Amino acid sequence: MTDAPDREQSYVRTAMLPPQTAPSTQVGAVRWVHENLLSSWLNAILTILSVYFVWTIVSSIYPWLANSVWDATSLTDCRAKMDERLGEGVRAACFAVISDRWQQLVFGFYPQNGYWRPPTALFVFLIAIAPVLFTQLPRKLLWFTMIAPILIFTLLWGGSIWAPISVALGFVIGFIAYRVIGSRFSALLAVLAAIILPILYWFTLSGTVNAALTAIAPKGLPYVESKDFGGFTLSIVIGLTSIMLSLPLGILLALGRQSNLFIINKVSVVFIEVIRGVPLIVWLFTAQLLLNYFLPKGTNFDLMLRVIIMVTLFSSAYIAEVIRGGLAALPKGQYEAADALGLDYWKSMRLIVLPQALRISIPGIVSSFIGLFKDTTLVAFIGMYDPIGLTSSIRASTDWNGVYWELYIFVGLIFFIFCFSMSRYSMYLERKLHRGNR
Amino acid sequence: MTIAVDPPKRGFRLSQLIYDTRYRSITIQVIALILIAALLTFLIVNLVQNLHALGKDIDFTFLSSRAGYDINQMLIPYDNSMSHGRAALVGIANTMLIAVLGCIAATIIGVLAGVLRLSKNWIVARLMTVYVEGFRNVPLLLWILLIYALFTESTPSPRDFGGDNPTASMWLFDTIAVTNRGVYIPMPVWGPGSTALVVILLASIVGILAFRSFARKRQAATGQILPVFWVSLGLFFVPSVIAYYALGKPLTFSYPELGGFNFQGGLQVRNSFTALWVALSLYTGAFIAENVRAGIMAVSKGQSEAAFALGLRPNRTMSLVILPQALRVIIPPLISQYLNLTKNSSLAIAVGYMDVRATLGGITINQTGRELEGILLLAAFYLTVSLSISTVMNIYNRGIMLKER
Repeated sequence: MTDAPDREQSYVRTAMLPPQTAPSTQVGAVRWVHENLLSSWLNAILTILSVYFVWTIVSSIYPWLANSVWDATSLTDCRAKMDERLGEGVRAACFAVISDRWQQLVFGFYPQNGYWRPPTALFVFLIAIAPVLFTQLPRKLLWFTMIAPILIFTLLWGGSIWAPISVALGFVIGFIAYRVIGSRFSALLAVLAAIILPILYWFTLSGTVNAALTAIAPKGLPYVESKDFGGFTLSIVIGLTSIMLSLPLGILLALGRQSNLFIINKVSVVFIEVIRGVPLIVWLFTAQLLLNYFLPKGTNFDLMLRVIIMVTLFSSAYIAEVIRGGLAALPKGQYEAADALGLDYWKSMRLIVLPQALRISIPGIVSSFIGLFKDTTLVAFIGMYDPIGLTSSIRASTDWNGVYWELYIFVGLIFFIFCFSMSRYSMYLERKLHRGNR
Repeated sequence: MTIAVDPPKRGFRLSQLIYDTRYRSITIQVIALILIAALLTFLIVNLVQNLHALGKDIDFTFLSSRAGYDINQMLIPYDNSMSHGRAALVGIANTMLIAVLGCIAATIIGVLAGVLRLSKNWIVARLMTVYVEGFRNVPLLLWILLIYALFTESTPSPRDFGGDNPTASMWLFDTIAVTNRGVYIPMPVWGPGSTALVVILLASIVGILAFRSFARKRQAATGQILPVFWVSLGLFFVPSVIAYYALGKPLTFSYPELGGFNFQGGLQVRNSFTALWVALSLYTGAFIAENVRAGIMAVSKGQSEAAFALGLRPNRTMSLVILPQALRVIIPPLISQYLNLTKNSSLAIAVGYMDVRATLGGITINQTGRELEGILLLAAFYLTVSLSISTVMNIYNRGIMLKER
């Protein structure tokens, strides 16, 4: 080996060559097309087929959408306008039906001057639910969450504001009884009192309280009957109420199914399996036709409440299964640690097990809510006017007889926006949870 | 220090029922039992009183009385002089038909869409995403109505096929006619000797299964791989085709033909059935696609790399390594999708398809006024189907569960 390389030797490069540009097939759009669309024969065929498919759909639907008529009072009027604008016999979408009837699709038969009420109720609900969903918000907002049901009820159904307040007073009585008796006597007595006193109150005094307060200060909104609810208002009211009510019930059922108390376990299992094994539509017919058979003679409460009860029971069985998954996913050590700390069953559940299990099952709960929200359309079959039920009643009017696609597209689009954003939210939660668990 | 002193023995006190964990569970259960019994008694007493007030009783004999209504799609012989029970059976057969066909179609659609959604082909993957999200996020009822409207409103009427200048034409060499009265397809006519043909076909399927297990055993013993696919294909077609000609073409088809204002011959598949079937399959297929995608993604990449490292070719990697692991994730939610499809078939009400809800739970209830019994039977039917499917699923799950040692 020589010591030092000879600097005059010609094969030593002193300057770097400038980098060559990549071959044109390996850069930019060409490469992308090659890799993503034409990487093999099969892929190329698939690409061609899909492009053809998209082209067929777009070319047939686009003119129909683009030439749509938005201002007409009836289908005949709409067709006349199309003939005038596009030429004889050319047909396009007639979205005038939406601009003519959108209020009905959103509010059903809710009184016109009360259209502000359902959106306000939804707004109140969103504010009330915010501190539950986002822990960063000030805890004082939870007080608002507690009175929100009264507000929402009054906004939606109207009537005297004192009616829901006098009912809510029962919960306050129960709470006070629990605290007072709990601190003076035993916990068991406190629980008993917290259950019995409000029930006594509801059966005896609440009506009088309501009447008295209404007589003193008659405040409230005009009363709206349940049968006037319709459209998306109805879907959202049934969906949200049922999911809210079914959460606690679902948690209890899930705990019951996990419990090793024989009777409680079996009762929960039978309840969950029976509810899940039968289609919702059969349960809705049960609510419509049979529920009155099982209640004391003369009880007759309105169909909407019956539907809400049935849908609540239905979704609680599904939510119970979701939460059971969450409970099963928790490591056994968590249960054992809770026992080791000497917590009793309810404390260990409330403080250690459920917060973790619920967090795991939130995505599942959201997706069962999406399912429930879509299923609220089934109430159309028992004579309620959900958006899909309304499409047929709009078609039944002489003005809009024969309009199918425009109504279906509108209703479908609104459902899609709701459900799609909720499913994105649950996916976001899922990713966040995965990050936390890593 | 004193350890292990026996606890002071005292007699049983009443307070132990509440404060001693040994007895508390019994106390709670007894209370729960009493409450449940009270609730049930309350409901039953109300039921008895209400029925008494209406002058009704619980009686299932209406099932054997004359139904008196017609059903437009029958898989088993039925006419309106037969009993309500028979009508319910016709409905059950129709429900099962739509459920089974729907499950098959949904599986095919779902597997295709799930695999294609993972494809590297950009446009195909996007299309599948649009399909899956579109169907998952819009109510099934709306899809059923939309597809039904598509079939009844934008298909030609039978008279458009005839006349001097027909505006519509049949598909697939004039064998299928899509009209607003239904889809007309060729109907097989079973001539004499066709039983033998079916027997031969079944025998060749048995033969294929036997050959497959033989090939598997041989491969395990000797390492030799037999060409299973080609032999199966041959076993399936060759004997049947030979028998078909040997028996003098026992199986023929009756094709739909335009006669007068409607199609004659062939098999009329009602639009209510087609729309329900297509909608259920597409809707459930979207959910299955998501399950399939999740199942494939759940198999870690190391598995296929390891299989390649062992020298397995791509298709054997798929069939021996990826699929068995993916199926373990896919099958349980797949079965519950089948269950959902069966339950959702009750939405037949939207298009007037005569399923069990429409016969037993609809017309029969209206005619006899036996809503309690009718809905009870309907619920019992659906419950039986779901419980048997979920039993099968549990047995299967136990079979494929990871055997942890």
